[in-house]
Amino acid sequence: MKIIKKIFNLIKEYYKFILITALIYLLFEIFNGSIPIAPRLLTRYYMQILMFALINIIMTVSLNLINGFTGQFSIGHAGFMCIGAYTSAYFTTILFNAAKMAYFPQLALFIFSLIIGGLMAAFAGYLIGLPTLKLKGDYLAIVTLAFGEVIRSIVRSSDEIAAFLNQIGLVRFSETIAKISGPRGLSTIPNLSKFWLVYLITILSVIIMRNFIYSTHGRACLSIRENDVAAETMGIDTTRYKIIAFSLSAFFAGVGGGLFAHVLRFIHPDNFSFIKSIDYLIYLYAGGMGSITGSILAATGLTILPEFLRIINFQQWRMVIYPLLLIILMLRKPSGIFGNREFSFLIPKRKEVN
Amino acid sequence: MVLLELKDMCCYFGGLKAVEKFNTKIEKGELVGLIGPNGAGKTTVFNVITGIYPPTSGEIFFQGENIGELPSHKITQKGIVRTFQNIRIFPALTVLENIIIAYHFRTHYSIFSGILRDDNYHQEEEEMSKRAMELLRLFNLHTYYMNPAGSLPYGEQRKLEIARALATEPNIVLLDEPAAGMNPYETIKLMELIKHIKEKYDLTIFLIEHHMQFVMGICERIMVMDFGIQIAEGTPQEIQKNPKVIGAYLGVEKKDVKNS
Repeated sequence: MKIIKKIFNLIKEYYKFILITALIYLLFEIFNGSIPIAPRLLTRYYMQILMFALINIIMTVSLNLINGFTGQFSIGHAGFMCIGAYTSAYFTTILFNAAKMAYFPQLALFIFSLIIGGLMAAFAGYLIGLPTLKLKGDYLAIVTLAFGEVIRSIVRSSDEIAAFLNQIGLVRFSETIAKISGPRGLSTIPNLSKFWLVYLITILSVIIMRNFIYSTHGRACLSIRENDVAAETMGIDTTRYKIIAFSLSAFFAGVGGGLFAHVLRFIHPDNFSFIKSIDYLIYLYAGGMGSITGSILAATGLTILPEFLRIINFQQWRMVIYPLLLIILMLRKPSGIFGNREFSFLIPKRKEVN
Repeated sequence: MVLLELKDMCCYFGGLKAVEKFNTKIEKGELVGLIGPNGAGKTTVFNVITGIYPPTSGEIFFQGENIGELPSHKITQKGIVRTFQNIRIFPALTVLENIIIAYHFRTHYSIFSGILRDDNYHQEEEEMSKRAMELLRLFNLHTYYMNPAGSLPYGEQRKLEIARALATEPNIVLLDEPAAGMNPYETIKLMELIKHIKEKYDLTIFLIEHHMQFVMGICERIMVMDFGIQIAEGTPQEIQKNPKVIGAYLGVEKKDVKNS
């Protein structure tokens, strides 16, 4: 009885959310030809772009957790993504051969590898957060930027690390490290990121991050953004909450990286360069700091836009229109498309008090 | 009972002696004022008590416990809370959220409860909203509860900051110039409010103020600081007659210097 009541409550709370997301999913399924009532407009190529858009949503919303909601300035987000991507690819490609597995074990392994990838990224976030989150503004930005580049360089020099391990006698260890083949890129990653899975994980991630923000712990983060001295005198351990926000954000960046690796099926350290971090910052600022809705719309829109321009034969103007749009946006609406407002279905209901 | 005791508390910034050997005892239930000319080090005293700056030397006892080395948020959790001279509310958050944040360290539900939004979450959130609304009603701020705090008029923002401080359920409240920027009518209202909440919540209040009418009208005991040093302490009547205090505020004629 209790469980039925709980499920009922859950549906009551999320019915708008479920309805809207299910409807969007249905539209995709109709147009990619799974349900044969409409012409197949979305080919595999388009579906792949949509999956990148979804992954970018996870990345942007998670970056929003640090930059938009906690008010810290991190520009090393691709570093966390890199950790997640390599960790999950390591599990599915090197440690186990997921390509030869049956459907369900494969799915379980993939989800497991995504979670491990997320946890590794979160751990890295915790490690760099511990000493650096006392820094503010530009200084934190420099540290996070360096962190992203360090991660990339470590992966890139995996051959040297393997050689070193071989020299000191850890042969077995060195063999697995060598398989990462840093500078040549890790290929033959099985195609595990199915559209429905990416879609589901994106929705779950967004819900989790949103629920975090609307809890007392999320409010603690918001108060740090608003005024960290006042937050501290309200009894909030600001360093702790900065680290929590950082780790949670890194976790989802890691999951996003895992999904990314299994969509692209080939990862190279240069995929996770500084430019990638900047991309997410652009999505974040275009959408509006402190707005989940803005992050979702901007990440989707700005991922699809360049590809859309390619499709309508605007190929040569692609890289003119995209920055021009950003310049106009920043001139006309510096706080981003959504400022810090939200779609109402993204705001959890608060009981009316009077 | 002595609630807060400062023993030879010093705070130096390099060679600048912002606070030099500050000694005082504040009894439970007292309403104590701290006055002094600009730059006397009054706010620094508050900053050191609330852990924003560590004391250079000396000790701070709160309910018999040395709190000199504790970080700011721990001190608030022990029951010392303050407001700021330049208002530090959370401007983009709603008035209600501003108050609810003060309940944060008393909430028990975990991050996972928050993410899953289970019964603990709903129960505690509801209770917090209720208590916050009660408090807002006391301060006559309840009509704005869904407005962003930054959109309130100046006087109301001051009141909100005091309300938020009270929401942490403190033993002692440090008010840093609560009447700054208020008109005479608002000041009188604020005086009444402070007296009222002191009775209602059984509080001890330590306040800095430049508004002499306010200080003399409300405080039972007054301390005077000048150049980081405590120069006088006593009842409002005593302070008004104290030649050192008059000297600090109005300047001293040469012959007076010789005599004192």
